[in-house]
Amino acid sequence: MAGNVSITLQNTDEGRAIIEAISSDNEAATVNVYPSMTKIDCPNRLVVRRESIEINMGRAFDLQELQLSLVSLAGNVDEDDDEFVLAWNR
Amino acid sequence: MNAETKIERKAKKLGLKERYGHLTRGLGWETTYQPMDKVFPFASYEGIKIHDWDAFEDPFRLTMDAYWKYQAEKERKLYAVIDSFAQNNGQMKITDARYVNALKIFLTGVSPLEYLAHRGYAHVGRHFVGAGPRVACQMQAIDELRHAQTQMHTISHYNKFFDGLQDPRHMFDRVWYLSVPKSFFEDAMTAGPFEFLTAISFSFEYVLTNLLFVPFMSGAAYNGDMATVTFGFSAQSDESRHMTLGLEIIKFMLEQDPENVPIVQRWIDKWFWRGYRLLSIVAMMMDYMLPKRVMSWAEAWGIYFEEAGGALFEDLARYGITTPKYADVASKEKDRLTHEVWSTFYNYTHAAAFHTWIPNDDELDWLSEKYPETFDQLYRPRFEHWRALQEKGERFYNNSLPQLCNVCQIPMVFTEPDDPTKLCLRNSEYEGDKYHFCSDGCKDIFDYEPKKYIQSWLPVHQIYQGNCGGSTMPEVLDWYGIKNGSDNLDYEGSPDQAVWNEWTKSAHKAVG
Repeated sequence: MAGNVSITLQNTDEGRAIIEAISSDNEAATVNVYPSMTKIDCPNRLVVRRESIEINMGRAFDLQELQLSLVSLAGNVDEDDDEFVLAWNR
Repeated sequence: MNAETKIERKAKKLGLKERYGHLTRGLGWETTYQPMDKVFPFASYEGIKIHDWDAFEDPFRLTMDAYWKYQAEKERKLYAVIDSFAQNNGQMKITDARYVNALKIFLTGVSPLEYLAHRGYAHVGRHFVGAGPRVACQMQAIDELRHAQTQMHTISHYNKFFDGLQDPRHMFDRVWYLSVPKSFFEDAMTAGPFEFLTAISFSFEYVLTNLLFVPFMSGAAYNGDMATVTFGFSAQSDESRHMTLGLEIIKFMLEQDPENVPIVQRWIDKWFWRGYRLLSIVAMMMDYMLPKRVMSWAEAWGIYFEEAGGALFEDLARYGITTPKYADVASKEKDRLTHEVWSTFYNYTHAAAFHTWIPNDDELDWLSEKYPETFDQLYRPRFEHWRALQEKGERFYNNSLPQLCNVCQIPMVFTEPDDPTKLCLRNSEYEGDKYHFCSDGCKDIFDYEPKKYIQSWLPVHQIYQGNCGGSTMPEVLDWYGIKNGSDNLDYEGSPDQAVWNEWTKSAHKAVG
């Protein structure tokens, strides 16, 4: 079984825009909706792109704003100004 | 809106990586007035070898300006919700007042751990040689203090209406079941800095905390507790950063020297088991205390440990790290853990600062459905028996004091990994005395460091030694700060229930 990386976000207005961006950038992602939060699983690697979030939100977005919507994650993190990547290093 | 839309953005002078680099490289220096090993006396005695402290990077690359900005934003959101909750009588819009008992456990058992985490991270943040881990630990120390405060502020509103929430600090240092979380954290704080991070950042926060916060907060949302959901998510957003520190520090130690691998593996084994035992009370909350349930403990264990933990340990295998010892035992216990623990609290409800109850028929059916292999065979008959006794006016209380495990401090109520009908009892001899354990996991921990665990402050021993206010139940309850007749006993007939019934009755009248 491929190991999943995972990110969980709050079901808020901003959270939804981020969830949309992640779903469109990661074809293999599975979206699980729970009360008040959404958990996205993806085999091996998942990318959160600043540009895609900006398109969904219609405003400039600093990737570090993710801190306000994050609930949990699984995987090795690597973040720069444009991308927030979760991956297993295999 | 389409992809062509132009979004205006202020240009940053430096990129994220450069800003983080300046914060965490420029701040560390070689001391000259005193030798480095005197300035950092705890950095080497655990046997962990670090050759290059600069190899540690926080992958979030959080700098102080961003930290203050986002933390302030989180606080503003949270306190707006808390005010609104209080103004709108949110405490009466939950599904059922039984739910509040989960909050009582949270505030008395978990919130004090946040404060201990604050102290623990402030301490290790001082003692690491590298500026990268120092900065990450110091931010976390501030986060943890914030969590303790926001939890007190949020839940204290319930204290105006419901019992058992009046003095969590006092109770934490005294009450028998609260010695379980207290001893867990003090065990970690009295270890060296690397073991502390393996214990709390990795084993607890990375591997297990999802099982604590995520299903619990989702449960709070499901049960209408807006205030708790909000502090939970506010804390949990920091938690993602803490989890990442946990994974990074483990990889850092493993990459620095191959001799670190067996030391880290032993800590992972120890702290997995300590953390898992600690979670048994949370497991019980999920299956028994939420009027509307999100998922069962067995399902949560499947998603958050067996699946997510499986991917994690597969990833760490390249360093020679294996799945924690006794993870298989935890999986064998998943279909019985919560029933064994809830039964214990039902037995001792007269000595606890929250209420218990026998699940109603719908809840029993839910448990049968979620635990098809065990519930009807082993536990349902027990609950039905107790309910029948209660209906005859012969409510069963266990009036003897239980034997406690010398490591996890939980009463010895767990069963043999391969036989759920037989109590699991282990013991070791040390310097002529016999010590008792609930499991092979706890026995192994004792056997490796007996000198540490023979000092355990075991509540039952302390009562027998006369150190807990007296030898009768009312005296001990008084010493605990538990008000007999209101904080303890069954939910049925409690002042909590009376407040709730009064409110719902008048609300129904108003609707007509």
